[in-house]
Amino acid sequence: MDFLRPAGWAEALAAKAEHPTAVPIAGGTDVMVEINFDHRRPDRLLDLNRIGELYTWETDGPEVRLGAAVPYTRIMHELRSELPGLALAAHTVGSPQIRNRGSVGGNLGAASPAGDCHPALLAAGATVEAESVRGTRLIPVEEFYTGVKRNALAPDELIRAIRIQRATGPQQFAKVGTRNAMVIAVCAFAMALHPGERTVRTGIGSAAPTPVRARTAEDFLTAELRDGGYWESGRPLEPSLAAEFGRLAAGACNPIDDVRGSAAYRRHAVGVLARRTLAWVWAEHTTGEENHRCA
Amino acid sequence: MRVNLTVNGRPQQADDVWEGESLLYVLRERLGLPGSKNACEQGECGSCTVRLDGVPVCACLVAAGQAEGREVVTVEGLGEGELSAVQRAFIDAGAVQCGFCTPGLLVAADELLEHNPQPSDADIREALSGNLCRCTGYEKILDAVRLAAARRGEAG
Ligand SMILES: Cc1cc2nc3c(=O)[nH]c(=O)nc-3n(C[C@H](O)[C@H](O)[C@H](O)COP(=O)(O)OP(=O)(O)OC[C@H]3O[C@@H](n4cnc5c(N)ncnc54)[C@H](O)[C@@H]3O)c2cc1C
Ligand code: FES
Ligand code: FES
Repeated sequence: MDFLRPAGWAEALAAKAEHPTAVPIAGGTDVMVEINFDHRRPDRLLDLNRIGELYTWETDGPEVRLGAAVPYTRIMHELRSELPGLALAAHTVGSPQIRNRGSVGGNLGAASPAGDCHPALLAAGATVEAESVRGTRLIPVEEFYTGVKRNALAPDELIRAIRIQRATGPQQFAKVGTRNAMVIAVCAFAMALHPGERTVRTGIGSAAPTPVRARTAEDFLTAELRDGGYWESGRPLEPSLAAEFGRLAAGACNPIDDVRGSAAYRRHAVGVLARRTLAWVWAEHTTGEENHRCA
Repeated sequence: MRVNLTVNGRPQQADDVWEGESLLYVLRERLGLPGSKNACEQGECGSCTVRLDGVPVCACLVAAGQAEGREVVTVEGLGEGELSAVQRAFIDAGAVQCGFCTPGLLVAADELLEHNPQPSDADIREALSGNLCRCTGYEKILDAVRLAAARRGEAG
């Protein structure tokens, strides 16, 4: 095995172009498990730890440009107001030790349907900035997930950053698991209100081969909020509206039975999480008070 | 490959390191520091917790080459010569049974108290949520951290 340790971004791209099979390693919280258990024997590791740009972010524009390797702990603490949904999702990842190392770039690289960043990125609206010596591609996050643990990166590409719309309204993330730490999601749901555009967006995790948006549910709710004059009045949502939103969100799932939960349970739970997170974001939108309960 | 790093304040050099090896393996098998324990090698148990440039991490998930030039603190570095406050408190509170989880918990608890000298119970639970113990049921561990915090407060 070879251990490549580029000192800068250009050097990293050149190394990846020269050795397309080299496996990038950022926090190592996915890669090292695979190596320790002999599930993977890459011919080369490409260490990203020394590339400063990957550990910074820019918040000047309407988007946050988040360096691919910024650890979850920093997102939780330092990007809470810009990226509330992602910060909440980050807080549910593994444990403090895992959050001190693990990154959104790594979550995207692994592309597990259970990755906790994905629903939050889908709901917020995000683009993956993939780069190679050939140039930069901006991939809408919806198009990034191509299958179970597969993504749209070309062999010579690395993730430089994730561009995430800065929140203009409340966002929530909820995850079902057996305890509050160290849990791979049985299923997860993220919800974002976009009051400027008067739309809502969602993300579902662990309930289909890839992370998905519940588009029918989004369209339904966006139309109801508009036609019912909810944005102007800020009145409470009709229970029937929330129930239908939950039903449509459950309908967006295409889950499997596995050791963590049955398909039927996942579908049901996504419906519940959708209703619950909708209630939270709407309450925050209308009262200005954030909900800190966990789901 | 060769890896140079600082461990517990001392420059160290490990030779013949396999590129896929973890920092935990280097510490235990190449540098003679078996304090950090190896129980799961998958980040689940926290018994390998060390500080990498000050930050608590699972040493089993850090590639050896990623530690090049960095500062590592292991449980061996907590009390030089005598027991540190957290170590003393773990003993006094009866928080050690088989002891396998103890080094990782000590490193995590020590870091917590450094940043948060008067943690709430929720803070303690959160800080130690990445460390599993199969013996104590955690109550004595919580007692130990509270005790260490109280003693620090008195001393301080
Ligand atoms: C104990 C434990 C608990 C966990 N709990 C959770 C959890 O609750 N929720 C969750 O979502 N995940 C969890 N994970 C999985 C893991 O922590 C996350 O997927 C994390 O985001 C991975 O980030 P990393 O930087 O450590 O990735 P790495 O392990 O370094 O890399 C992961 C993958 O991404 C690729 N990669 C990394 N960076 C780049 C880049 N810049 N460009 C291109 N490819 C790249 C790597 O080649 C690899 O294929 C857990 C893991 C462990 C060990
Ligand atoms: S041995 Fe590293 S976390 Fe268990
Ligand atoms: S004392 Fe035995 S595992 Fe904690």
